[in-house]
Amino acid sequence: MDVYDDEGALHRLVRVQAKDAKAIHQAATTGDLSLVDKLLITPEDDEFLQQQTRVALRHCGVIDPESIDDYLAHDGYQAIAKILSDGMSQEDVIQQIDIAGLRGRGGAGFSTAFKWRAARDAKGDRKYLICNADEGDPGAFMDRAVIEGDPHSLIEGMLIGAYSIGASEAIVYVRAEYPLAIVRLTKAIEDATARGYLGEHICGSDFSCTLRIKAGAGAFVCGEETALIESLEGKRGMPRLKPPFPAQAGYWLKPSNINNVETYANVAWIINHGGEAFAAMGTKDSKGTKVFALSGKIARGGLVEVPMGTTLRQVIFNIGGGIRDGKEFKAVQLGGPSGGCVPASKLDTVIDYNELAATGAIMGSGGMVVMDETTCMVSMARFFLDFTAKESCGKCVHCRLGTKRMLEILDRLVQGQGADGDIQKLEELCYAIKDGALCGLGQTAPNPVLTTIRYFRDELEAHITDKRCPAGECRELITYTIDEDACRGCTACARQCPVQAISGAPKQPHRIDPAACIKCGNCKTACRFNAVLVS
Amino acid sequence: MNQQAPSDLTLIEPTLTKYADVPGSLIAILQATQDVYGYLPMDVMEHIAQRTNTPIATIVGVATFYAQFRLEPVGKYLIMLCQGTACHVNGSELISSAITDELGIEDGQTTEDGLFSLKHVACLGCCSLSPVMMINGKTYGSLTPDKARKVLRGLAEQDAKEGEQA
Repeated sequence: MDVYDDEGALHRLVRVQAKDAKAIHQAATTGDLSLVDKLLITPEDDEFLQQQTRVALRHCGVIDPESIDDYLAHDGYQAIAKILSDGMSQEDVIQQIDIAGLRGRGGAGFSTAFKWRAARDAKGDRKYLICNADEGDPGAFMDRAVIEGDPHSLIEGMLIGAYSIGASEAIVYVRAEYPLAIVRLTKAIEDATARGYLGEHICGSDFSCTLRIKAGAGAFVCGEETALIESLEGKRGMPRLKPPFPAQAGYWLKPSNINNVETYANVAWIINHGGEAFAAMGTKDSKGTKVFALSGKIARGGLVEVPMGTTLRQVIFNIGGGIRDGKEFKAVQLGGPSGGCVPASKLDTVIDYNELAATGAIMGSGGMVVMDETTCMVSMARFFLDFTAKESCGKCVHCRLGTKRMLEILDRLVQGQGADGDIQKLEELCYAIKDGALCGLGQTAPNPVLTTIRYFRDELEAHITDKRCPAGECRELITYTIDEDACRGCTACARQCPVQAISGAPKQPHRIDPAACIKCGNCKTACRFNAVLVS
Repeated sequence: MNQQAPSDLTLIEPTLTKYADVPGSLIAILQATQDVYGYLPMDVMEHIAQRTNTPIATIVGVATFYAQFRLEPVGKYLIMLCQGTACHVNGSELISSAITDELGIEDGQTTEDGLFSLKHVACLGCCSLSPVMMINGKTYGSLTPDKARKVLRGLAEQDAKEGEQA
């Protein structure tokens, strides 16, 4: 919350809760800012904000997302008004997007201008513009933030896209798991329609476009554009064979263009500021900014928007404040189930579609999950394969059976039943699936395993040969013991043990019976003296 | 095959009147059905098949494809335990064990008293609060096994109180 005093100086308050409202009101009316001292932003938190450049999130947290007037007061709907009143042609608009060098923010990073031109040039009496807001990547919540925090920016970006390709109907496919996003977007659509920014003759021009929401029903594969279209048509979300591409035959086999939420959120800014201003940020092949959802074992998590070309180290250590609890950085996971884990040695990689792809990970939609020394990379790879195996739609054999076979091997590894040759088998399966799978889900599903083999082979080998989990995470491979010197005999662990495996008199060192221990970890959580050891 | 009492088909009529003839509406119809009945009863799906002139296999095919749809009733409190990456890294497995230990149910099951159901779900998008669970629309974040147990006990007590008042 920002408070301005009589001289216009800014006092930024953070982590404000409802119970603080009274103190803030008092401080504002009496001018006694010491009342809110504890809420004032710290230099560290300020650093979190100062190192960011906000384009896609420019209005998030600044405007009231439920107020169209607030959006209008912040250059809202000026881009579409300018296009219509200046008589910019479809090509004029696409040209700006092209100059900006905008690439898809959903994962694959395809040129937005190229897609728009393809859809514009396709022959058809009816065209559709679709927004993919089926943010299914575990560990990603950028789209949710844009829709909940700035729904009109999405609407305006979509209107500009619809104008550029000649669509008169636009659809947003939103995850049903995001109820607040649906509520806010619904209100924004009603308000925009009432003010003449949606519907017939927008801003008094000949351009008409309606927008509606379609709630998804929970299937990760629906992030793939042809699967999303099948789902929009009320069917099982199974990808279609390409070609034809959606630009030629998409929704109801009509020319359709699909972009991600963050991509659309950049569009109005580009028209307002010009393509050059956007292209001035970033690297040679990756322009503008990118939003990341920074989470995991990070000191200061949250949504972070940085110019392309920033290094991973800057994002994680300068903005994110490094690892929590003084632990050691181990890896950062980018791109979710389609991406991979980047190790410490690659932390100076810059954020750029090609540079990130060279590490074996991908830019992805923006999930950035940080891991420390206690995260097992084999268990992590198993986690993602478990996800893709469950989410595989079952249409093609390579993905359906391949992910399952890989999961079986990884299941054995984390249970200490690995065998020589398992890594080689995993690699063979990885390349077979990459070559044979029909859609992006299958083609990228092996990435988490491939990066684990590439960067954390020693950890895989420890599981296979020594039946040991170096990170101390895999239950079947670890034992809990109590350090008798550190134990104060406080009995906290014994009280938390669900199977009474801990014995010892009060104020005397305790012991864990390894035969009875179920390795639930309750004792380690309960111990205040770091006396519970995992090996 | 259906041992439950027949469902009241009139409840879904307004939805069918609106959508039965609109192509591509099957998912919307099923979502409305689940809102009304709490799950997708087989007899209602058969009714939808007739009214929309769609093979029942297509309808069951869609219903079983998407994670959102349930073919069985759920408990009063539906615990959706997030299985996202950040939650995994921050120990969602320990939370899952704690819930199973507390309630005696695994993923996909309902307690015998019909009070709680446990469902592992894909990322809820609250990664900064991980590990997270959502119960009947309310999000509980930064969970520890202990905190999760307390939430469940609190809900059970609340239910008992409501029972006394009623």
